[in-house]
Amino acid sequence: MGEIYNLIGLLSSFKAFWDEYKRYKIGILGIFLLIILIIISISAVILIPIDTFKQWHNPAYWTRYPKAALPSWINYFTNTKLPEHLILKEPLVMKSESGVIQIFNHIYTIQFNYDTFPDDFIFNYLIKYKGSPPLFELSIIRPDGDRLLLIITTLPPKPFNLEAYTFNGSIYSTDRVIRSNVAHYLSERIGESISIMDIAPQFVIFSEKPFKLDSKVLKGTYTFNATFYTFDKDDQLLTSELIIGGKVFGILGTDELRRDLLIGILWGTPVALFIGLSVATLAVFVGIVYGIVSGYYGKRLDEIMMRINDIIYSLPALPFLIILAISFGRNILLVVLYLTVFGWVGIAKVARSMALQIKTLAYIEAIELIGASKWRVMLKHIMPQITPYALASIALSVPSAILAEAGLSFLGLGDPTLPTWGQILHDAQLYGAAARGLWWWIIPPGVMIAITGLTFVFIGIAMDTVLNPRMRKI
Amino acid sequence: MGVSKFLISRALNMVLVLFATIFITIAIVGPTMDTILKRSIEIEVKASILQSKEVMIAFKDPKDLENYIQLQVRNAIESLGLNEPWYSPRRLWTVIWKLITLDLGQSYYLRSYSGSGNVREIILEALPRTILLFTTATILNSIIGILLGVIIARKSGSIIDKFASTFAVVSNSFPLWWVGMIMIIIFAYTFKLFPARATPLIPPSDPNYPLALIHHMILPLITLILIGFGGWTYVVRNIMIGVLQEDYITVAVAKGTPERKILYGHALRSAAPPIITMIALSSSGSLGGAIITEAVFDWPGIGRLYWNAVSVLDIPVIIGLTYITTIVFLISVFIADILYSVFDPRVKVG
Repeated sequence: MGEIYNLIGLLSSFKAFWDEYKRYKIGILGIFLLIILIIISISAVILIPIDTFKQWHNPAYWTRYPKAALPSWINYFTNTKLPEHLILKEPLVMKSESGVIQIFNHIYTIQFNYDTFPDDFIFNYLIKYKGSPPLFELSIIRPDGDRLLLIITTLPPKPFNLEAYTFNGSIYSTDRVIRSNVAHYLSERIGESISIMDIAPQFVIFSEKPFKLDSKVLKGTYTFNATFYTFDKDDQLLTSELIIGGKVFGILGTDELRRDLLIGILWGTPVALFIGLSVATLAVFVGIVYGIVSGYYGKRLDEIMMRINDIIYSLPALPFLIILAISFGRNILLVVLYLTVFGWVGIAKVARSMALQIKTLAYIEAIELIGASKWRVMLKHIMPQITPYALASIALSVPSAILAEAGLSFLGLGDPTLPTWGQILHDAQLYGAAARGLWWWIIPPGVMIAITGLTFVFIGIAMDTVLNPRMRKI
Repeated sequence: MGVSKFLISRALNMVLVLFATIFITIAIVGPTMDTILKRSIEIEVKASILQSKEVMIAFKDPKDLENYIQLQVRNAIESLGLNEPWYSPRRLWTVIWKLITLDLGQSYYLRSYSGSGNVREIILEALPRTILLFTTATILNSIIGILLGVIIARKSGSIIDKFASTFAVVSNSFPLWWVGMIMIIIFAYTFKLFPARATPLIPPSDPNYPLALIHHMILPLITLILIGFGGWTYVVRNIMIGVLQEDYITVAVAKGTPERKILYGHALRSAAPPIITMIALSSSGSLGGAIITEAVFDWPGIGRLYWNAVSVLDIPVIIGLTYITTIVFLISVFIADILYSVFDPRVKVG
């Protein structure tokens, strides 16, 4: 830092910096990636309700999702089209009346053009009734026109202490009554009696005729028709939902705990950016201040401060991070603090050597002679000269912070209330995803970690080259 | 002589840092540490009483025996001063002495293959395996890195150079352990070339164990090299480019010294000190960094032991491992310092 070029001018006029910066392709690439990451973060925060995100570690929330399902775009690349997991919530609603009886119809039409059978299906409904319990009927019309009655039943009577009863019901394809009805349908077609123990309804309902063990899927339009007969004019069918259990789901698939990986990956982005940027900023700030004080004061204080620096430098970081997380907790802010403790050391060393050089300059001596206080010299005259180095260091410190947090999370020591990419990989490791070939569970988090790291490496390299022209080597 | 003074000051520094490290560790886990020590004393006292038949015969009522054991345990705890808080000087000294003599206490849950709960034995069993894998990887990485780095430095600015630099930056951005998971998918799951779990299924007592261990070592080793050699090449390249700009190299070129001799004779010798330091530091640094990688491959070394200890919160093992890792790290730094001063006479002394 021998010569003094007009740093303050360079900083205050951002345009000058930008004109220089944009000459570096790598810097432009970094900015481009950063913008994408910011867009992902913003859309995650806006589009995915924070409640969904907080449910990440709550298995009950994810029961309607498929287990370890591949991403749905896999069907474009394979000959065997796997059934998509469908969660349908918008049926065709019909309502008719005959006398005192109201008839509610929720009709779901699905195109089933896949090569393998669905895993199962579930029908959920929410109904409110005041009078006698309604009658419920669920039937299905196959592409060949056959109509199967799956279930016909009366809903439970209204508890006598309630004015109106809101009943939340679920019908599973594995329910005994559905199996029995399907067995009945099947034995009519093939002319022999079938035990309901041998029946998995989805293999009959979605099968070609004649019904054999190796029959293929009957492709075409299936219509699920749910009919409710109610006996009071105020009774209402509120909502219903049909889930066809498939083998592929969404853009990124699901994990063993049925979680939609897209949500974890998207929400991981703002969390990673927060951790990376806050650790880098804090660490660089602490390092710069520490280095300047140590270098500028010199003598004994310098000696003591550098010894402390040596000690922290000698601590093996990951083992100590583990001990800290176990002893003091693993809230995300604490994790930021732990990572900061190990992040500032190297920067302090560089800042100290810079301060040592700057303080020997003639104009610093002149300012001291005028009677400027030590703090004034450090803040007004040394700090601004180190700022360019600091800014580039922030960008260059982000990747290691993100990697360190990912490592800690991977060990199961991340903040349990926030899903991070490292935690997704922790769960993947816990369930042996690599050895079982569940690649869609492993690839996206790692790629996101690397992209986020590279973003800041690119920006940091470009900034470093612009702001520290003497270090231009690349 | 300047060098001996330098070595003494480095050694003193190392001891200082080691003590500070121990103190920080104790301060962080102080209260838990007490429980550990008390527990291990209890086990020792019980074992010694139950082993001696004369003492056992002397007690007819099991209640008396139990009371006697409790009394002995209390005496032992008081004699070691465990009734005082962890920061009392007497206590601090006891703990530090225990660590210096490598008395790391008894584990909570984890056991060595021979079934021992002695933390030192558990760690010493795992340590050689970590050294086997990671030291091999470091040596191979440094050899590949030096060979490639020298070649690329000669062609700096070429397409190969740009490709190598990009590869180094990109390969450093992926978590090593994540690459390990991907390698398992490719080579263990898809092609079934190597076992997915690196722990051999046969017990260590089996004569074929070393062979099985090496077979299981291939996949993690390939991963470590794949992700590591790029960075090595890049660093060696940068050091070499710096050296190749020195005046004496220009003179040698002007004299007509053969290029091979300039590269491997003159330049590489000047580049040796920082490279040797790097080898020393990274072979020890890998001990700590191995934690996650070993967990991914299930390699039965220090790292997986750490992972297991963290999973079941076996605090004595965690502390023992941290201590051993720090010692190994500090000794490597010390050796690196010495080597540096031996290879580079310009090193600042004092």
